[in-house]
Amino acid sequence: MTETKPDSDVTFPEVGAGPDGATISPATPAAAVVADLPDGIDLVHEHGLELKSRSQWAYARRRFFRHRLAMASLVVLGIILLAGAFAPLIAPYPFAAQDFANSGKPPTLVGKHYFGTDVLGRDYFSRVVYGIRTSARVALIVTLVSTIVGTLIGAVAGYYTGWVDNVLMRFTDLILTLPGLAVLLTAAAFLGTGNPTRVAFILALLFWTGLARIVRGSFLSLREKEYVEAAKAAGSGDLRIMFRHMLPNAVGPIVVNATLIVGIAILTEAALSFLGFGIQPPNPSLGKLIADGQDVSSSMWWLVTFPGLTIVLIVLCINFIGDGLRDALDPTQRRTRA
Amino acid sequence: MVTYIVRRLLYSIPVLFAASVLIFVSVTAVGDPLATLRQNPLFSQQTIHNIQARNHLNDPIYTQYAYWLKEAVTNKFGSPLLQPGTKIWNDLKRVIPHTLQLVLLAEILALIVGVSIGVYSAIRQYSIFDYAATTFSFLGFAMPVFWLALMLQILFTNIFLKWNVRIFYTSGLSSPDPGTGIHFWVDRLQHLAIPAMTLMLLSIAQYGRFMRASMLEVINSDYVRTARAKGLPERTVTLKHALRNALIPVVTVSAINFGALIGGAVITESIFQLDGMGPYFLNALFSQDAYVVMAWLMVTATAVVVFNLIADVLYGYIDPRIRYD
Amino acid sequence: MPEPILSIRDLVVEFATEDGVVHAVDGVSYDVFPGETLGIVGESGSGKSVSQLAILGLIPQPPGRILRGEAEFEGQDLLKMSKKDLRRLRGGQVAMVFQDPMTSLNPVLKIGDQIAEAIQAHQEDVGDKAAKERTIALLKLVGVPNPDRRYDQYPHEFSGGMRQRAMIAMAIANEPKLLIADEPTTALDVTIQAQILEALQKAQEESHAATILITHDLGLIAELADRVVVMYAGKVVELTDVQTLFAAPRHPYTVGLMDSLPRLTADEEWLRPIPGQPPSLISRPPGCPFHPRCFLSQGRSRCRTEEPPLRKIGSDGHLSACHFAEELEGHSSKLIDEPVAGATS
Repeated sequence: MTETKPDSDVTFPEVGAGPDGATISPATPAAAVVADLPDGIDLVHEHGLELKSRSQWAYARRRFFRHRLAMASLVVLGIILLAGAFAPLIAPYPFAAQDFANSGKPPTLVGKHYFGTDVLGRDYFSRVVYGIRTSARVALIVTLVSTIVGTLIGAVAGYYTGWVDNVLMRFTDLILTLPGLAVLLTAAAFLGTGNPTRVAFILALLFWTGLARIVRGSFLSLREKEYVEAAKAAGSGDLRIMFRHMLPNAVGPIVVNATLIVGIAILTEAALSFLGFGIQPPNPSLGKLIADGQDVSSSMWWLVTFPGLTIVLIVLCINFIGDGLRDALDPTQRRTRA
Repeated sequence: MVTYIVRRLLYSIPVLFAASVLIFVSVTAVGDPLATLRQNPLFSQQTIHNIQARNHLNDPIYTQYAYWLKEAVTNKFGSPLLQPGTKIWNDLKRVIPHTLQLVLLAEILALIVGVSIGVYSAIRQYSIFDYAATTFSFLGFAMPVFWLALMLQILFTNIFLKWNVRIFYTSGLSSPDPGTGIHFWVDRLQHLAIPAMTLMLLSIAQYGRFMRASMLEVINSDYVRTARAKGLPERTVTLKHALRNALIPVVTVSAINFGALIGGAVITESIFQLDGMGPYFLNALFSQDAYVVMAWLMVTATAVVVFNLIADVLYGYIDPRIRYD
Repeated sequence: MPEPILSIRDLVVEFATEDGVVHAVDGVSYDVFPGETLGIVGESGSGKSVSQLAILGLIPQPPGRILRGEAEFEGQDLLKMSKKDLRRLRGGQVAMVFQDPMTSLNPVLKIGDQIAEAIQAHQEDVGDKAAKERTIALLKLVGVPNPDRRYDQYPHEFSGGMRQRAMIAMAIANEPKLLIADEPTTALDVTIQAQILEALQKAQEESHAATILITHDLGLIAELADRVVVMYAGKVVELTDVQTLFAAPRHPYTVGLMDSLPRLTADEEWLRPIPGQPPSLISRPPGCPFHPRCFLSQGRSRCRTEEPPLRKIGSDGHLSACHFAEELEGHSSKLIDEPVAGATS
């Protein structure tokens, strides 16, 4: 990717008509004649041909907005996240409020039990809404930490190459050799869990590898660019080159992958919580909600269905947004529309 | 080719070695392996002391590692820490085939279905089928595996409850009296069907997308254009020229997937109560039996390394451009 | 004058893209006669390749679209033919050699198999052994050494020049009546070009095919072509035989092309490229597509408002699309006496 250019909308003025019926002596070379005429570019633009030089980001923005599913997903996701953020206002009942009189009810509009209640009479709509909050928080922390770690490692590996690259990549391969979930479970089992932040950091331990690979690849090719050489010649330090010159040009794939990590983080946290190794009460968690409903699933199907559907919807939206970002930011990819 | 395989095998050894160190350090350093025992009033201080001495648990960590490694290599991982009467290897021998059956069934079906969907989506790009397949794929990526497992369980259980029709079993590996020979395997298949479906969904979504992308790239390549320019029937162009090339990355990815699934079907196996690697691992975690956990991690790491090697060899076999010398 | 083997009339091809509709081929007409070599010259984007791909049905129809036109091959209109019939022609009576031999051959199939495949697709009664023998003979004809060993090799084991020769062998395998060579030497080293030329010439001798040679290399045209079509911005701007083209070009674009080539035998201070850029094929200004860069036009209003038709100039068979073509009378290209440096434009 090249450096960003300022937005410019250039329209050349009309050029006045030249003399009619001019003759040219046959021996005159073409170029000499043209040298006397107004700038060739002006002639090109004479009749309404405008030269619009769009900046890269404008192109990207335009392409993203054109991705209808991504735009729709943005809206849906926004609504869901807002519901989670304002959980105390939206949820009709507190997370743990029990109401035996209304226990075991299927979804109904009565008493605002949109998602039904469980054996203890807890309203599942409220529980789901609180659960969204936690999932969002964990996912954000995981994404942030793993993106930063992955970018750093990848940048250092790709910039310095040589043995640094080798060591870092072997280390990354090593992490990848171990089966993800199992390692997480192991870490959780022995490190203790329950707290969302702790769970988030445990997850982040594994998620940086993909990003590291991608950033490394980007940096490996970017370091050959002329502006890097120019910066070196001007005496810029390594860190400055990496973060001021190279990183902005690697942003595209980083953003796309970070988006995907958010989705995977949500799924993984749900899995961990489901198994009991993740977030535990009193902290709400969508995965735990599903686990709670497991035993009575054949009779009270709604307890498992709605938290799950919520997860599916959230991750689906994130994936569509990621797809839209990929369309927008990665021009080399053939446009295989979602 | 043979030298390449040998070289890769030799290279795998330090990788596995490093993995074993990582595993050992992480598992032992993070917790006291005898924690549960200490809390159990049935175990006297003396007993605990004996266990510590026998397993060298008071020695420095590299000594412990050496003992563990020795035990692992010479005695097939020996016995669990908390159940010294049994042997880890016997358990592994029991659970690994069960997992293999599940994974084989799921992956092979997923490959066939996923590749077909991907190829057809690519040939009929932007058609209704394509959009439907893409939506399906995205759904597949968004679905938590355990939730899908539960939903399928609910579905088939309700079918049984409401209409008394049992198509597949929703839990367990085999019925109490499965019979022998073909009856046994049909019964096993009925038990593995739903778990396989669960695993398949994500794989089909992955292979579908991947195959579609690969096929699209190949279809627009110059050599496919040449094949058309030669006047070959479209079917030959698709199957002989395009597909052969498009399959190459997919095949290698599936080999790697297979290796990863050996340790990656934990949730599915536990929900459907299959006696496989998954529940075995979970039990070890719950009881915090460090030796079993470490043995399990080593086995799965080895499976990953081996299948990565298989993937590379396969790749070299299918693609004549790769020369390993 | 014998009947043309291929007759293209008013062909219009466009592509739908993100930025608008690209008019790649805008009303193109020319004939190809049996046994001759017709050269098509133009810059990238002039529509020279697209017109050939379009008539053979090799342009994917979205996003491409053949708006109108006729392409008569031996009495049948290619554009109205069924896909099946068109397919039967391709590789059989009409064959094509593509630009980049590196990517134009299937990397996972043996070279020999790919050529034999072409043979057996069109001659059903030829068995595997016979096809293999014919393939080896063809490889020998185009100058591939050790053809029986090379048969079993893969494309990546061939050099670029050999790969192109294999492509040529594949194209003439079924003795086509028309051979289309799309920039056959562009992707290759200059030193290899002579070998490919030789292979092409041998191929022509062997198959007696009419050849359409698409290139931007005037040197190639000078060597091989009998008649030449000059294209610019999707239109034909000049059409004549090769000698007249070099001796007396009658379109300012052609003149500019030849002027821009450096001369080997005389001193020159400055290179003289044609100023400006080729026009956007999406939104073309009215009038002559070349006028913004034209030295002859000098901003005359007729050039700006009226599109010049392709009309007869002087001797028969010489067509030019310029209002003021007559003013170029007497202007002879300096190249007629000099060996051409074979530069690209």
